[in-house]
Amino acid sequence: MMKWLAGLFGLLVAASLHAAEFDYALKPERVADGVYAFVGRSEDFTPANGGNIVNTGFIVAPGGLIVIDSGPSLRYGQQMRQAMAVVGGQPLALVINTHHHPDHFLGNQAFAGASIAALPATMQGIATEGNAFAENLFRLTGDWMKGTEVVVPTRSLVAGPVEIAGRRLRLIALDGHTGADLAIYDEASGVLFAGDLVFNGRAPTTPHADVAHWLAALDKLESITRESGFSALVPGHGAIARDAAPIRQTRAWLNWLQGAMRQAAREGLDMNEVLARPLPAEFAGLPVAPSEYRRSVGHLFPAAEQEALGAAR
Amino acid sequence: MKFHMTIAAIALAALMPPGEAAALQESGDPLASARWGEMEKTLLAGAPMLFDPRVKVVAPSTAENPMQVPVTVDATGLASVVEVIVFADFNPIVQVLRFFPDTALAYLGFRVKLQQSTPVRAAVRTADGVWHVGGTWVNTVGGGCTAPTGTAGNKDWQQRLNMVSGRQWSEGPNAGRVRLRIEHPMDTGLVAGTPAFHLEELDFRDAAGRHLMRVQTFEPVSENPVFTLNRGANDGAVEASGRDNNGNAFKARIAP
Repeated sequence: MMKWLAGLFGLLVAASLHAAEFDYALKPERVADGVYAFVGRSEDFTPANGGNIVNTGFIVAPGGLIVIDSGPSLRYGQQMRQAMAVVGGQPLALVINTHHHPDHFLGNQAFAGASIAALPATMQGIATEGNAFAENLFRLTGDWMKGTEVVVPTRSLVAGPVEIAGRRLRLIALDGHTGADLAIYDEASGVLFAGDLVFNGRAPTTPHADVAHWLAALDKLESITRESGFSALVPGHGAIARDAAPIRQTRAWLNWLQGAMRQAAREGLDMNEVLARPLPAEFAGLPVAPSEYRRSVGHLFPAAEQEALGAAR
Repeated sequence: MKFHMTIAAIALAALMPPGEAAALQESGDPLASARWGEMEKTLLAGAPMLFDPRVKVVAPSTAENPMQVPVTVDATGLASVVEVIVFADFNPIVQVLRFFPDTALAYLGFRVKLQQSTPVRAAVRTADGVWHVGGTWVNTVGGGCTAPTGTAGNKDWQQRLNMVSGRQWSEGPNAGRVRLRIEHPMDTGLVAGTPAFHLEELDFRDAAGRHLMRVQTFEPVSENPVFTLNRGANDGAVEASGRDNNGNAFKARIAP
């Protein structure tokens, strides 16, 4: 009995120690009146950062909180709720997932009971690929993911103007980073939540990218930043901006990347030779640029190669 | 055997720069793989061998996509290469491919599926019967051999089976290079319900019908494989042909 109790005590101590360790230290940054964002680190997924490399946000609407993306894990979602409660005790009105990448929706579980919404293709992507993504994040970040399960959004969103919880939002359905990327413009504050169509001070990720579509999406987002009411841009990753500079930076990276893949394929390079190419000076200092470049070669070079080798017969 | 090996090593070392000669090893796997002994026994069958830094195997130290790990084998530092075996110690199917660089350079680029972290090696047999072994470790999170291929989700794959695209480069730094892509699922047989279905033989000849290179491919070669060869001097078209283990053949002419 004593042994058993001691064992239980040990477990409790271990659990409480871990609870302290698995603290994302989420602090809401005020973007505008009633608009906040949690800004993650410009890093790859690691056991040290627990997947807190992403931006999430929320809008304090008259009818409750509108949450934009839920983070990489159950713990993140829970801690996000605690941090939001400090700003205001409103009930949850709606949780929106901008796209189907795991760092943006795996916190959904913490919002069980609330309405969770996304574009239809995002819902489908979460349903079919969600578990594989979650497994991968377990591998990359470890116990931060403990207890995390995929929760698929149940409410499908349609592009266009919409009023949610008494707040007028513009839902902009785009694609290019994935097959369905939702950007959200808050008319009252002029804040544009761009999702992962825009990276700021961090190399973009491309596992499901269609670069041509992505570039077209960036043009549409940039036109919104030229509207008189625009005040701020919240990228999917990296610091909040007050101008379109992160859009231009994302565009410059994608243009260079696509051009580099095509040129390498035309020159007859093998994938290992493409991987060995140095980054241009413009991007050499960009956080995680070397690792994202390596991944992007795997994602994008095969198509460029196929194009250079000509029609199959 | 030991005596014979030592003679071979001394003879080789005499022909090499001192730095490289010092790296020649008759025993003691430089990649410290627990499976090396078995690899040597099954693949080299007791023939004389050396770990030789002139056999260059290039692959990323960490594979981002275990289904498509790029591997480049360059044994052009050796003379009279007869045969090259490429294998991965810890793969469920160890042999990746064999190639015979008849008149082409002893160089081949391709992509492989890896199931877990493993050495990827090339054993190069020279005309004197000695195997020269080089390699590199590739770390991967795995799943490359037991994950379904992309082809499985593609409805018109049967119409596109064995379709070939290719190109030669006759100018610039990559003159003499030939690249070839073949549409094939390269199923390993390790995915439940999907039998092994993969290319087995490829044959590259010049316009006069002379062999440039022959390649025997096994299950671990990636889906829709892409091969990079170097034929040396570019002289006319390349005729590529081959077949898979179900007898489906392909034939293609790659214009200069």
